[in-house]
Amino acid sequence: MAEIKLEDIIKPENLVFQKTKLFTDKPLSYCPGCGHGVVHRLILEAIEELGIESETIGVAPVGCSVLAYEFMNIDIAQAPHGRAPALATGIKRVYPEKFVFTYQGDGDLAAIGTAETIHACNRGENISIFFINNGIYGMTGGQMAPTTLPGMASSTSPYGRDVASMGHPLKMTELVANLPGTRFVARHAVHTPALVRKAKKAILKAFENQKENKGLSFIEIVSNCNSGWKMTPVKSNQWLTENMLEYYKLGTLKDE
Amino acid sequence: MGELRLMKGNEAIAEGFIRAGVDAYYGYPITPQSEVMEYLMAEKPEERTGMVVLQAESELAAINMVYGAACTGKKIVTSSSSPGISLMQESFSYIAGSEVPAVVLNVVRGGPGLGDIQPAQSDYFQSTKGGGHGDYRQIVLAPSSVQEMYDFVNLAFDLAFKYRIMVLILSDGAIGQMMEKVMLDEQKPRLTNQEIKDRFDSWALTGRTPGREHNIITSLDLDQENLERHNFHLQKKYKEIEENEVILEEVSLEDAEYVFMAYGTSARICHKALQIARKEGIKVGLLRPITLWPFPEKKVKELASKVKGFLSVEMSAGQMIEDIRLAVEGKTKVAHFGRYGGVIHSPEEVVAALKSKIIGG
Amino acid sequence: MTQEIIIAGFGGQGVLSMGKIMAYSGVMQDMEVSWMPSYGPEMRGGTANVTVILSDERISSPILQIFDTAIILNQQSMDKFESKVKPGGTLIYDSNGITHFPTRKDINIFHIPAAKEAGRMGNIKTFNMIILGGFLKIFPIMKMENVIKGLKKSLPERHHKLVPMNQDAINRGMEIVETVQTL
Repeated sequence: MAEIKLEDIIKPENLVFQKTKLFTDKPLSYCPGCGHGVVHRLILEAIEELGIESETIGVAPVGCSVLAYEFMNIDIAQAPHGRAPALATGIKRVYPEKFVFTYQGDGDLAAIGTAETIHACNRGENISIFFINNGIYGMTGGQMAPTTLPGMASSTSPYGRDVASMGHPLKMTELVANLPGTRFVARHAVHTPALVRKAKKAILKAFENQKENKGLSFIEIVSNCNSGWKMTPVKSNQWLTENMLEYYKLGTLKDE
Repeated sequence: MGELRLMKGNEAIAEGFIRAGVDAYYGYPITPQSEVMEYLMAEKPEERTGMVVLQAESELAAINMVYGAACTGKKIVTSSSSPGISLMQESFSYIAGSEVPAVVLNVVRGGPGLGDIQPAQSDYFQSTKGGGHGDYRQIVLAPSSVQEMYDFVNLAFDLAFKYRIMVLILSDGAIGQMMEKVMLDEQKPRLTNQEIKDRFDSWALTGRTPGREHNIITSLDLDQENLERHNFHLQKKYKEIEENEVILEEVSLEDAEYVFMAYGTSARICHKALQIARKEGIKVGLLRPITLWPFPEKKVKELASKVKGFLSVEMSAGQMIEDIRLAVEGKTKVAHFGRYGGVIHSPEEVVAALKSKIIGG
Repeated sequence: MTQEIIIAGFGGQGVLSMGKIMAYSGVMQDMEVSWMPSYGPEMRGGTANVTVILSDERISSPILQIFDTAIILNQQSMDKFESKVKPGGTLIYDSNGITHFPTRKDINIFHIPAAKEAGRMGNIKTFNMIILGGFLKIFPIMKMENVIKGLKKSLPERHHKLVPMNQDAINRGMEIVETVQTL
């Protein structure tokens, strides 16, 4: 049997997967096992598949994904904490033919940026909001988020979230689904291949809705934060399935 | 062909936004500047020029809509009054750090806190020293008439785009609310998307043009040495602005022994005070900074070695006087005469203050 | 020529719009003008006043403490502004609602029974134009044609049919102005 060399394998006809060319070559700064990288990929793949990379303007938040602009090879701005929907509104109103999206975490979208989120949704801005909910402030080191589950420990709720004094986890997705301005509202997750495929479809749909001028699409992705939750990636995904998805039910809440 | 109208300052500047070919106004109501958005909404600028006018949910949202849209190379503006401007400071700092051009109007009212709604000049520090965080500057233009409210729109955008910097038009309730005649010039066309791409594709978010790197607008750089380099770059730009963009008005300074220094509404009061004092034989002139930053430091230095004293007349407890003192370097007498909280000096009391604080003081 | 005028009365008497018409007439006559209202809660309290300056020269301060002419249309304004007329200046008032009449001896004083006349003409809204007519009789500083132009500029197009009625009121004001004292 002839010896098989690496060069014999690396051929276009053998290619089964490649990273989208809309990723820059910058290594992702996310913790191994975190869902952010997957969601970045899905968004960029969707943009590539739709052939709209020259027509897309993104808005990155403050949080773990503050550096999203370094990884996404599209024109993109970085917003002050919580204000991404306002930036996106500003951009979309002067460039209605462009595809505009925000990429935000739960602290950014559901705490400091609640007003901007609600009002962009209520105005029915023709943009896409991608909302990564991992129930914690990741970048600042695991503090309690508006989405932290009851009883869940964090560095600012070390004995578990006491809803009597710390309030209840905020279901932003249910909230915005009630607003007449939103068109497509769904909650997804990306910790299994099947769920990744479903999430991708929703993300594609969010961009397609913009093309058809349908109004605001709001996609929540329930994700893990193994570092913040102080678990291994595998354990964190298990915990996510057993706990997060109980409170944050997956599915399409609204599709008009 | 010009068109002569009698307008409020707030209306004139709103008309100025439309005629300057501004792409979008994002704002939130607050007295004494609500006429700006009211006028714009009534004028249907989307029909006149395609200009966008949107009422935001807060000043925070408004300035961040401005920030986002300004990232795209379009001409974007907002307006507010003191408490609302305070809310916007964080984003002013972002705009400075990420170097996008934008124009903001502050129709100043009395403070601190909710204060009142009468004209004041107590936001000078906030405007010229940076109300937000970090080492940054913004160009500050101080109109003192309705005509200047209108004219400074084009000036502000020229400077904003020349330096990719925020320009603050610092007005006050008196100039915003009073009517004077104003000569309107012809409508400037808004730039097309292609023209914007041709001019600003090196930095603006226009959608990644095939063949170029992606454009990023950010004020973040986690590498402190990179961030220091960025700060050097910003400071160099600010220095260049200080060298080249000072604008001022001189009134009767040729033979002046004393100088009123005032901007905006208080400069108008001082002009009248000057006429009264001159009738009494007091040789007083008026130096009116039109750019508050860059401050007319050279002119003040030059006068400092010639005159017997400066009276800084401000509708504040004394803010611009600090810049005057820095420029005068102790060479001549400098005193402050202020009214606070929305009270405006009478010309007669300005003359009396000149006599008591400078001539006899 | 410079005329520094305060017009003061109740909100609803047309104080601000009379000032605006006066200023716009000045613009039509190629004068420099300014119109500076009191605004905000002060207005909500029921009083309204506006400073109008008409001049051949660039106007310095639009905000003044003393005036060449005070047009006074209620008692509060009489209390506040009689003393703010420059010596040798002019006070114009309507006696309707006035309980304390002006007492100064160093100014010219005129009376325009405008409220009574507006009632007689059957349209109380012409009140401020009657006052304007009286002012123009005392100070013929603007030509009637320019006043009409200023009036048209101040009114929305849909109200231009009201111009003749307003012109009648201005003319009426010119006829009924009474001299109380002149220096």
